[in-house]
Amino acid sequence: MIPAPFDYHAPQTLDEAIALLGRLGDTAKILAGGQSLIPAMRFRLALPDTLVDIGRIRDLAYVEERGDHLAIGAMTREHALEAAPVVAASYPLLLDTAKVIADPLVRNKATVGGNLAHADPANDHPATMLAYGAQIIARGAKGTRTIAIDDLFVGLFETSLAPGEILTEIRIPKPGKGSGGAYLKIERKVGDYAVAAVAVQLELAGGAIKHIRIGLTNVSSVPMRAKNAEAALTGKKPTDDVLDAAGKAGAAECDPSADLRGQVDYKRDMVRVLIKRAVRHAVHRAQGGKP
Amino acid sequence: MSQHEVSVTINGDKQTRTVEARTLLVHFIRENLGLTGTHIGCDTTSCGACTVSIDGEAVKSCTVFAVQADGATIETVEGLAAGGVLHPLQEGFWEKHGLQCGFCTPGMLISARALLARNPHPTESEIRHGISGNLCRCTGYNKIVEAIQYAAEKLGAAGKGA
Repeated sequence: MIPAPFDYHAPQTLDEAIALLGRLGDTAKILAGGQSLIPAMRFRLALPDTLVDIGRIRDLAYVEERGDHLAIGAMTREHALEAAPVVAASYPLLLDTAKVIADPLVRNKATVGGNLAHADPANDHPATMLAYGAQIIARGAKGTRTIAIDDLFVGLFETSLAPGEILTEIRIPKPGKGSGGAYLKIERKVGDYAVAAVAVQLELAGGAIKHIRIGLTNVSSVPMRAKNAEAALTGKKPTDDVLDAAGKAGAAECDPSADLRGQVDYKRDMVRVLIKRAVRHAVHRAQGGKP
Repeated sequence: MSQHEVSVTINGDKQTRTVEARTLLVHFIRENLGLTGTHIGCDTTSCGACTVSIDGEAVKSCTVFAVQADGATIETVEGLAAGGVLHPLQEGFWEKHGLQCGFCTPGMLISARALLARNPHPTESEIRHGISGNLCRCTGYNKIVEAIQYAAEKLGAAGKGA
């Protein structure tokens, strides 16, 4: 299948890309790794008049700790996350996630920024970044601004990025002492989207959960946090009863659709199970456990 | 409907063609450059039959526009046998019966080579993870894993990478 015809630009700098997007308006789409956009164009689900390929802009691919956060350039490939020592050392939730996105060939091209900006609730990074409480850096004609991840996803395939703005960086707060995280995904086969997946990032203090954020994958039309499950866990010791209550809360508050991956009740139940397992795993890691 | 000049170095040869922006790299390789060893399987970014190496990374060439590869170094299955001598991976697939119909083989070979370049002595589980983007409907994968192990040993014994 061959995509419909389009015009193509490959700017060398961010300023050039922003100027192009300003001139072309919303008939243009940004091409990053292309692993979602190109399939959509082949199926003619996406019919952009123009592609602005940001793949030739230098210095948009990096993963490094800067001050109080981990900075990830928007064009960082998923494989680079898998290979980065800093991710393996301190960001287990992020490493878990990078390992299960699509398949190894796709991860060589797919980008972190694209995974978020596409705002597909079936993508894996939205839940992970919601759990981390990440910040998104966006640049446009009016300058640079910071968007809290909680404010990024506004609809199915829709973000709060303004037309002409480019997502340039993701910032994950450095986990404090006693922190742990985990991403658990049920998929029918390698490369498929999740039946359901759960991202957990938490901090322990005195054996109790001091802070926790939970993101859910592919069980709602907009990437979501399981806030009721978070509330059921915050301030409590992660006993079996507390985990049961949190799993049930998450199952109730998600909003999955029935499809080839399963019926609504099944998906809710998988959310329940995954929340319990992911919280247990995150607690294990927060207590210094490996992996 | 822009037309673009695309230059690539493919299997060591510099090639330039003018193509539409919408031309997928796999079509560019097969139709514009006449290298039909790279296969088109699913057309849905699932199967990996179209896997080629771009600047050392194995990717699905059905999910890259040719214009994105302008200036890149590409390797396809045709580039594996240097001077008519089978690459150790090809030899492994031959010796260990790593193929039946052969449709997935070009992509498997390219993925396996990228895997061995990164990790010359992979465990069985690392091999299975490494080729998990390539589907085979004949072998059940066991023979492919053995073929890659064969090549890893042979390359290791020869003291060179993939």
